[in-house]
Amino acid sequence: MRILVVEDDRDVAGFVVKGLRESGHVVEHADNGRDGLFLAASEAFDAIVLDRMLPGGIDGLRILETLRSQRNTVPVLFLSALGQVDDRVLGLKAGGDDYLTKPFAFSELLARVEALTRRGKGDGPATKLVVADLEMDLLSRSVRRAGQKIDLQPREFLLLEYLMRHAGQVVTRTMLLEGVWDYHFDPQTNVIDVHVSRLRQKVDKPFSGPLIHTVRNAGYMLRSDAG
Amino acid sequence: MDAATLGHPGAQNAPGIQLAGARLPQHPRFLRSAALRFAAMYALLFGLSALALALFLWWQTAGLLDRRTDNAIAADVDSLAQRWQEGGLPALIITIENRLAENVDDSAIYLLVDPAMRRVSGNLSSWPTDLTVHRIWAELPIERAGIRSLARVRTFTLPGGFHLLVGRDVQVRAQLRDLLTGALLWALLVVLVLGVAGAVVIRGLFRRAMANISATAAAISAGDLSRRVRISGRGDEFDRLSETINEMLERISRLMDGVRQVSNAIAHDLRTPITRARARLEDAALHAESEADLRAAIERATTDLDGIVAVFQALLRIAEIEAGTRRAAFASFDAAPVLAGLVDLYSAPAEEGGLTLEFTCPERLPLFGDRELVQQAIANLLDNALKFSPEGGVVRLSAAAAGGTVTITVADHGPGLPEADRARATERFFRGETARNTPGAGLGLALVQAVASLHGGSVQLAENAPGLAAMLHLPGAAEVAHDAAATADA
Repeated sequence: MRILVVEDDRDVAGFVVKGLRESGHVVEHADNGRDGLFLAASEAFDAIVLDRMLPGGIDGLRILETLRSQRNTVPVLFLSALGQVDDRVLGLKAGGDDYLTKPFAFSELLARVEALTRRGKGDGPATKLVVADLEMDLLSRSVRRAGQKIDLQPREFLLLEYLMRHAGQVVTRTMLLEGVWDYHFDPQTNVIDVHVSRLRQKVDKPFSGPLIHTVRNAGYMLRSDAG
Repeated sequence: MDAATLGHPGAQNAPGIQLAGARLPQHPRFLRSAALRFAAMYALLFGLSALALALFLWWQTAGLLDRRTDNAIAADVDSLAQRWQEGGLPALIITIENRLAENVDDSAIYLLVDPAMRRVSGNLSSWPTDLTVHRIWAELPIERAGIRSLARVRTFTLPGGFHLLVGRDVQVRAQLRDLLTGALLWALLVVLVLGVAGAVVIRGLFRRAMANISATAAAISAGDLSRRVRISGRGDEFDRLSETINEMLERISRLMDGVRQVSNAIAHDLRTPITRARARLEDAALHAESEADLRAAIERATTDLDGIVAVFQALLRIAEIEAGTRRAAFASFDAAPVLAGLVDLYSAPAEEGGLTLEFTCPERLPLFGDRELVQQAIANLLDNALKFSPEGGVVRLSAAAAGGTVTITVADHGPGLPEADRARATERFFRGETARNTPGAGLGLALVQAVASLHGGSVQLAENAPGLAAMLHLPGAAEVAHDAAATADA
């Protein structure tokens, strides 16, 4: 996927660009607002990683507003040292799709960027999600694996749905907390791990071959072992 | 990272405190003393009131006598004029003669002259030379029977060219008036002296009262924060001012202590994990045998750094809440689904730890505030309760609305907090003795406290025999609009 990184700090930018390239993406980099806006407006990208504060008079918010005013719907992930709630809300209101506060773990950034590019493709309103022998019917809100019905609590259903929608991608704990529970703070205890482990009890344990995998230092991934 | 980029301690200059106040407007130098201004004001007021008193006295004595004389003359003139009309010149002459004969104290003055200014009748030998017939009222020196005197006269022109002069000898009154004037002038001088003396005394009093306060203020700005304004014990305005100032100083020094404690705590609590991370990295750089060792050390150091970042974020969040800017985003919401959601989130880890999470809540719990913050505050309380509960324990989340206040209680059967620690438990970085072996930075309750204060509520920690009951009191809201509650449910 083609990703544009607009970030002025050379170390951070180098780290992000290198990491994204290693993960198989094609990355362009701009280290100031003007070049960033020029690249973003003139070329097609699958996602943009945008720093909020940039030198050169044009900051991240301005770039995004300009893009959106040109009906450019490329998914944008804000990267910012401004971590206050208002800053996040401002970034999302301006048309940002996600917001990540510095400092961040690269795995978190990668997971979020990949989640964005998936969303950017626009799957359309699916009624059924299938991963290997796991099937989820979104209309009847039922789940089957290997033809066998699995009973899930409402929240477990949402959790599994989120994982299935991001099948094959790393999903971090923060993403789950935000996406499934809509909480924007970090609980001190490992609540997410507990919920995932309970889901595993129902989805993986009675069947052969686990689908929910733990990705070390990052989060979880739902995928069939074969794929 | 080389040592140079870490920076030397003390390489950075402590930023000087900029206390140089705004320039005062430039009045003349002597007016810049408030004491002098008050003194001058006093002298001026004193002088003005003395002057007013003197004028009144003058009006009531000398003035009154003058007015009486004038009235008597006017009455005389009127009656003489009437005589003239009734009986003509002869009648007038007889009346004048009679009047003069009746006048015992010899103060009345009459003179009737013919058109040629020759004396017809009266006790003046001739018409005063410096008095024209056209001046109606006059005060002039006269000479009568060889004695010089002062008279107040009124002239009157009669038909046929006769002129009449009616007057009173006012020599005695003039003397009295001079005496009075002199006395009043002396009195004014005395007033001036007294005024200045009083002003000096007032200035002294004012300066003394101020000196106390300004000496304290000066000592404090010089850095001695322990100084307080001395109270005279008279209970007057200055005492009250001093008390207010002392209370203010008390509060400032408490706040300063708080800030100092927090920055010390930050320095200390972050120093530990930073030291740990640093030691790990250095140790790995020096002693790692294999790449795997190196990676493991780096990973652990990264985890330590993440912990530091988390502490920073919690601190910033608390500061953000305390700044009160989020109050603009306050709205009515139903807290019942918020609590249910948290129970849903935490019941899993509770079960995992062999705990029971009980939940009781009214069907609707209207609150006015920031939903996300209330959510986080209760999450922190639940976090704590789960963390400190022994296996098999019960954690109870309950909510009740009474008298406009919503109370949300999280009670556990953990080790609890000693009475002495409860007051300090909501301070940043406070960690009870029993919390030493559990993970955490001691910021959870500080955030709960900040959220409560932002909402105008409070946090109360009570004995749960055994354990701790943390109560969050928040002002309730009127009934939430139904659609708002519906969206919160969704």
